[in-house]
Amino acid sequence: MTEILSVKQLTRNFGGLAAVSNVSMHLTQGELVGLIGPNGAGKTTVFNLLSGIYPPSSGTITFTRGEKVRELGGRKPHSICRAGVGRTFQNIRLFKDLTVLDNVSIALQPNEPNSLLASFLHLSSHQSAEVRIREQSLELLDIVHLRDKAGELARNLSYGEQRHLEIARALATRPTLLLLDEPAAGMNPAETSGLTDLIAWVRKEFDLTVLLIEHDMSLVMRICERIYVLDHGIVIASGTPTEVQANPKVIEAYLGEEVD
Amino acid sequence: MQELIQQLINGLSLGSIYALIALGYTMVYGIIQLINFAHGDVYMVGAYVGYFCMARAHLGFFTSLVIAMLVCTVLGVVIERVAYKPLRNSTRIAVLITAIGVSLLLEYGMMFFVGPEVRAYPPMPGFMEASYNIGGVIIRAQQLLIIGISLILMIGLQYIVRRTKVGKAMRAVSQDADAARLMGINVDNTISLTFALGSALAGAAGVLVGVYYNSIDPLMGILPGLKAFVAAVLGGIGLIPGALIGGYVIGAVETLVAGYGFSMYKDAVVFAILIAVLMVKPTGLLGKNVREKV
Amino acid sequence: MSNRYARIGVQVVLLALVYGIVWALINAGVIDDYIQATMATICINIILAVSLNLITGFTGQFSLGHAGFMAIGAYTTALVTMEYPTTWGFLGGVFLGAILAAIVGFLIGLPTLRLRGDYLAIATLGMAEIIRILLLNFDFTNGAAGLSGIPSFVGWTWLFVFTVGTIVLISNFLHSSHGRASISIREDEIAAESVGINATRAKTLAFTVGAFFGAIAGGLYASYFYFIKPDLFGFLKSIDILVIVVLGGLGSLTGSIIAAILLALLQTFLQPFPELRMIIYSLALVMIMIFRPQGLMGSRELNLASLTRLTRRGRAAEGAS
Repeated sequence: MTEILSVKQLTRNFGGLAAVSNVSMHLTQGELVGLIGPNGAGKTTVFNLLSGIYPPSSGTITFTRGEKVRELGGRKPHSICRAGVGRTFQNIRLFKDLTVLDNVSIALQPNEPNSLLASFLHLSSHQSAEVRIREQSLELLDIVHLRDKAGELARNLSYGEQRHLEIARALATRPTLLLLDEPAAGMNPAETSGLTDLIAWVRKEFDLTVLLIEHDMSLVMRICERIYVLDHGIVIASGTPTEVQANPKVIEAYLGEEVD
Repeated sequence: MQELIQQLINGLSLGSIYALIALGYTMVYGIIQLINFAHGDVYMVGAYVGYFCMARAHLGFFTSLVIAMLVCTVLGVVIERVAYKPLRNSTRIAVLITAIGVSLLLEYGMMFFVGPEVRAYPPMPGFMEASYNIGGVIIRAQQLLIIGISLILMIGLQYIVRRTKVGKAMRAVSQDADAARLMGINVDNTISLTFALGSALAGAAGVLVGVYYNSIDPLMGILPGLKAFVAAVLGGIGLIPGALIGGYVIGAVETLVAGYGFSMYKDAVVFAILIAVLMVKPTGLLGKNVREKV
Repeated sequence: MSNRYARIGVQVVLLALVYGIVWALINAGVIDDYIQATMATICINIILAVSLNLITGFTGQFSLGHAGFMAIGAYTTALVTMEYPTTWGFLGGVFLGAILAAIVGFLIGLPTLRLRGDYLAIATLGMAEIIRILLLNFDFTNGAAGLSGIPSFVGWTWLFVFTVGTIVLISNFLHSSHGRASISIREDEIAAESVGINATRAKTLAFTVGAFFGAIAGGLYASYFYFIKPDLFGFLKSIDILVIVVLGGLGSLTGSIIAAILLALLQTFLQPFPELRMIIYSLALVMIMIFRPQGLMGSRELNLASLTRLTRRGRAAEGAS
């Protein structure tokens, strides 16, 4: 099994504060790995580093897709996305004033040709691209059961629906590696269960590797094959769910937090 | 060399004016992240109040100065309460556009009520007409007056901000308005106070300019306002020492450019400085880098 | 498919009607010079508003320097037409001006568009001022006295062609992947980047396109009103254009068109009272922002589809009762 993501000694400082310190992780193709830790541990910062929102202060992020091996550190988000890394956000970042369909179309369109001239004159190449984009967007919306709401504005969806739309949008970028940042946040147990199934299904269907930040332990323990535990910006433990659950350092880090 | 010193002295006066105006911009930006486009016009109103006090009511210079500062203080607070407060939760563009609207309102309102023509300040008492020759460099009493009054006002501001409770409140609200509110600080009043102080300084600057350059008109606030904003950005927007440094640098640069024969381009140079600062270090000379939390 | 061609057909017919009726009225003397001047102002305003709306309303980049692009277009057209006073000279001048403005827009945009909203506004304002000051000081632009006696090639036909052309091209742009990319940046730039949109490229593109059409408006102005000077294209002009866009609704093309018409009419009626006009403008600006910041149309459009929907609903309601 090929290694798809190799993170070595990743560090990010903000002023005097080390948000993430010498974090090393690796993911092999097809794995579903969890990233957990108490609030403020630096999990979202790791995601932001992986997806290019901040550059690393030091350390490397090596991403392999097929034959291509790329260093992601320092690249801009759109370039990392094109390389095959998709993500969702902890605080949903949808295009609220656009329709559900458009939210997905925007993520799909970089894969279609778009000459400026064709756009200005609505030439047939533009027309056929639009048709393809629309069809593919609707297919993705089907997966998250939002096809019938395609014409709705994203702001009008329920919270759970918005989370699903974000996942559909991330999938539209045709990723090899999917970063999910607390996808179940704010969901009730029934919704969480549905989401868990969706993530598992999507992983198999699209042949994805998934890295997942979550606080909901039922989700994490159910589908994650491996887990990294972060606290104060440092990896304090890693291993299978059972190993991590029994790890005294992990228990200590979570003391005072909710116990599952 | 002598020429250079002369230019620098001239630049000091101009710089003092820019610093006084820039302080208002920087304090308001620091506390509610708004570029108060109307600030330059408050300065203009100050100049007119000074004019009417001295030319029509025949009041003395210092009395007129105080009255102008008072009027501008009230004006600044009124603008804030009526036009900006309702938009506290709107987008940045919305507030900026409103500020532009208020600015235009002040300019054309003044034009409508007092006429667009340029007016001259009345002659000043004898002691203010004197000039001193020190080693070939000419220093006018008015320049000393401007620099002196500006320094006094800036020291006064610094005292208020650093040594008083309300000043502490201003600094707290600048850092984190919600936390300040939770600590019992009346955020609305603190914001109004910020506007009040900044407007008072602008009003003073207006009178000083009227005295020094002798001519005022309703549109006199546009360009100096913009240039003072550039000064605030150059020094570091939101930082009071930054406004001071920026004001004097811009004043010096503008005077030197004009003094060495390129006066048609002096405004362009100031704007070019703005572009350069925004490109290279948008937080200004004294600023730190801040990132949006994702 | 046929639905689309039918829609286009109807629009073409309507446009031809509008063109024809006005043309006839002009020839019959019903529309005199005074009204024609107002119409010219309307058309130029529409082009300015639509092009600025693309940058500020749809892409969310607050530009306070649009008059600078207009100035480049106006001066280029003027100088070229004065050198080559033929229709081809005029067209050449307009397109040269538009391309120059696009280049300037690109060069300005590339470094400044990474600035945040209010900083970008001031930077663009500064750029426009620099352009104006340069025009004030170059010899070949005749400085503050400006250029007069510019040969006039603009009548109803060219006004119509350029206005409709601008609206169609920009509307097409907005209804394409480029338009979606622009809007996504306005909504949430970080999210847009995270789904693969190159924000810098998209913003710069919108800025460049806006500059291109802004210059066309300038060219039309120069050739219709045959006198230009640098002060016509200062900060106040940029604000004029911004007021139109804001009044119509940031993000609505129809809004820009309606507002352009309304404000051109207001400008004509209030011509003898310039200060009053500005006071009304500025009061309106403040009022709109406080009470109805989305302007007349918000981000909605009035188009054939929505109009037919209105009548169909009306007829259906009648049929039901």
